[in-house]
Amino acid sequence: MQVFLKIWRQAGPSDAGKLVDYSLDNISEEMSFLDMLDTLNDMLTRKGEMPVEFDHDCREGICGQCGVMINGRAHGPLKNTTTCQLHMRSFKNGDTIYIEPFRASSFPIKRDLKVDRSAFDKIIQSGGFITERTGQAPEANDIPIPFETAEEAFDAAACIGCGACVAVCKNSSAALFTAAKITHLALLPQGKYESQKRVLNMVNTMDEQGFGHCSNTEACEAECPQQISVLHIARMNYEFNKALVLKK
Amino acid sequence: MHANTLVHKLWMAFTGLFLCFFLVIHLLGNLQLLLPAERAQLQFNAYSHLLSGNILIKIISYVLYASIILHVVYALIITLQNRAANDKGYAKDNRGQVSKWYSRNMGVLGTIILIFLVIHFRDYWYVYKFGHLPLDSNGDKDLYTLVVSSFQEGWYVCLYVLCMWALGFHLLHGFYSATRTLGVYHPKYVRWLKQFGWLYTGCITLGFTLIPIYVYFVNH
Repeated sequence: MQVFLKIWRQAGPSDAGKLVDYSLDNISEEMSFLDMLDTLNDMLTRKGEMPVEFDHDCREGICGQCGVMINGRAHGPLKNTTTCQLHMRSFKNGDTIYIEPFRASSFPIKRDLKVDRSAFDKIIQSGGFITERTGQAPEANDIPIPFETAEEAFDAAACIGCGACVAVCKNSSAALFTAAKITHLALLPQGKYESQKRVLNMVNTMDEQGFGHCSNTEACEAECPQQISVLHIARMNYEFNKALVLKK
Repeated sequence: MHANTLVHKLWMAFTGLFLCFFLVIHLLGNLQLLLPAERAQLQFNAYSHLLSGNILIKIISYVLYASIILHVVYALIITLQNRAANDKGYAKDNRGQVSKWYSRNMGVLGTIILIFLVIHFRDYWYVYKFGHLPLDSNGDKDLYTLVVSSFQEGWYVCLYVLCMWALGFHLLHGFYSATRTLGVYHPKYVRWLKQFGWLYTGCITLGFTLIPIYVYFVNH
């Protein structure tokens, strides 16, 4: 099949970028979306042009590295899928495909489709952990955790930090990302003790990094590759309100 | 600690829920307009007189004005910060496919409601408080006749109905969103509140839409 691409090209963080047109023949529908971009880059390199830079790593939907805006949707037209798990069979012969970087003031563009998501790291650094040194892995049955609680915590912990929630949000809010970590730790006995400090610090850092408010449009849940539930945002709000009332 | 995004949202939720509560009282009062004309006139005017003289109602009305102002001010702050957080859009933007249109356009719906409120206050509240209304047979200011005569104009009724639908969509997202901001995370209660939100919105929207339409057709 043949596809026409409109790809955001930007030489560096402070350069002006623009959409550049490319066309590709002989694309098989079994190709993944990133294979298609590899094919394009191969062609560009042979012609002596700069390849399109994009983030990627595992290419099996678990690392959270890849992520671009495809035809105005985070990670492309499918719900709950990473860019690497999207295949060309989701497109038709002759389609025009817009490929843009994830956009948010807190995600500055490094080059082409590659954005700097270190604002997420700053949020995690401000409280997304347990302070106590745990040493060796303890005996698993020392601290009883009901199966359902463990599952619930794991659902939140499944966040891969890809940034699709921010990219799809009209306010570029990092609420889902931040909430997932807050719930994950608030549910478990080891995380409970610091939950008050954690939620206040992480929410403050989220604001300092320049992310917007959560308007509860729930678009983030629809695009999240890990299907992280928006109820975690509700849980974050609960933990935050509790901390506001109880903090000394 | 500086006021952050979640504190802004809490102010939106508290003021919004108070306004939701007020709408119920307002609608219940307005339902008197559906009574037979003579009875409606006396009863509605007596009710208006009762409200305007009561100290408790006076306090609630100041809370109401403050809520409207705070709701608007925080909405502006939130909108400006959100604009700053998302300075460049996408050349091709299909993000709307994964969320409801009214949840993304609360500001637009809110602006329609605010414009409506200005008209609404000007036409009734201002005239009642500062204008010269004739008195009914009980000696109360005749607000009823003012209301009924204003709903003789077809375009005015249409304007009201359209604004009430804007209010309806605002409430549909706003009520649910407020409970989320307050931190209701248990799936069962989230589900109940969503259903309650639909019911509440339906009653308020239909009630406020029905009254002008009823008054218009009864007198034509």
